[in-house]
Amino acid sequence: MTPEVLDCRGQRCPLPVIALARRLPELPVGAVLRVLADDPAAGNDIAAWCRMREQDFLGSPAPDTFDVRRAG
Amino acid sequence: MAYLDAAAAEPLHPVARQALLAALDDGWADPGKLYTQARRARQLLDAARASVAEAVGVRTEHVIFTPSGTSAATLAVHGGLIGRQRYGTTVVHSAIEHSAVLHAIGEHGVSVPVDRTGRLDLDAWRAAFAAPGVALAALISASHEVGTAQPVEAAAVAGVPLYVDAAQSLGWAPVPGEWSLLSASARKWGGPAGVGILAVRPGTRWTTPFPDNQREYGSVDLPSIVAAAASLRAVRATAERDAARLRTLVDLIRERVPATVPHVEVVGDPTDRLPHLVTFSCLYVDGEALLHALDRRGFAVSSGSSCTSSTLRPSHVLEAMGVLSHGNVRVSLPRDVADEDVHRFLAELPGVVAELRAEAGVTGL
Repeated sequence: MTPEVLDCRGQRCPLPVIALARRLPELPVGAVLRVLADDPAAGNDIAAWCRMREQDFLGSPAPDTFDVRRAG
Repeated sequence: MAYLDAAAAEPLHPVARQALLAALDDGWADPGKLYTQARRARQLLDAARASVAEAVGVRTEHVIFTPSGTSAATLAVHGGLIGRQRYGTTVVHSAIEHSAVLHAIGEHGVSVPVDRTGRLDLDAWRAAFAAPGVALAALISASHEVGTAQPVEAAAVAGVPLYVDAAQSLGWAPVPGEWSLLSASARKWGGPAGVGILAVRPGTRWTTPFPDNQREYGSVDLPSIVAAAASLRAVRATAERDAARLRTLVDLIRERVPATVPHVEVVGDPTDRLPHLVTFSCLYVDGEALLHALDRRGFAVSSGSSCTSSTLRPSHVLEAMGVLSHGNVRVSLPRDVADEDVHRFLAELPGVVAELRAEAGVTGL
């Protein structure tokens, strides 16, 4: 299944994390959201957000691309 | 105003001010000359060197004064690389070294990871020395960004000189262990900004990069050095009491911030750390906006968030730990901080963060 894409390119942190925090709870549990973000802090902060908010960070399959799965 | 950025610079200690003014009158001559005024200057310099050496735990002749902490760090690394060029060019270092040290290391570095609390991974550290060509090891004594103390004693590896950046910790205590080189900066203990210290233990393969085999290049700033030494002696005399008081305040910040501000992560080791420094990150908040909002309310703090750095990159220390880099605040308490300043900070912070989140339209996340 192709994940839903959230395009945050050009946005500075914390905006991509805010967009992720808004969108993910609207998806069903188990769904994967692909965040596109090119801020240098995005990868680190998306992973940290997932840890703090107990969601699953699935990694970065490509540059500026980060997959997150809704855990609950 | 509440000044809470002692890790950048501690306000000039009263003892340092006194010593500085006295030495401006008394220590202006060139200490290398052979007349009365020069002898007086030489005495002052010798006494300052002896005093610093005692605080570091080395002999007097092993202390080198430099024009800043950054220049001391650069001198440590470059001299270490020259002294060990027969053996290799690699510098094994922690991922959380100060940028001054990383700049000095340049392309020669092999970075060793830290854990979530910011403590060196000792297994990875030891494994890094298995590769051939390691000239030098570099480890900060305690993180300047999150306060976590580093295992300096355990990090010494036979046959490779260990350079310790002790900028944040030397004002509190000598650095234990079998280190070879140590640098520090007087500004961190209430001395003037223009004094750095490099200690080179005997037997260390370290070669000065300066012409004519000089260890101190050009004339030294004698009045500032005298003030730096006086201040170091003064802060050491009260270090135990000051550390206990600041630890209590830092513990209060570590406890109150997560209890009063939603979605905050306090980072760094909770106990094995510097006494005066605490760092936390607030989700959904722009670090630069947070610093400005706190400044408007009279709080001077620092941040490792990317928007506050000239390069727009997040702090490499926070990244190495894998902790949130945005909305980041480093609070570092000067020794003379008023308890009320910390209490006022704790009282106002929740409102400041809530206001910024509301402005950004971030509510209910």
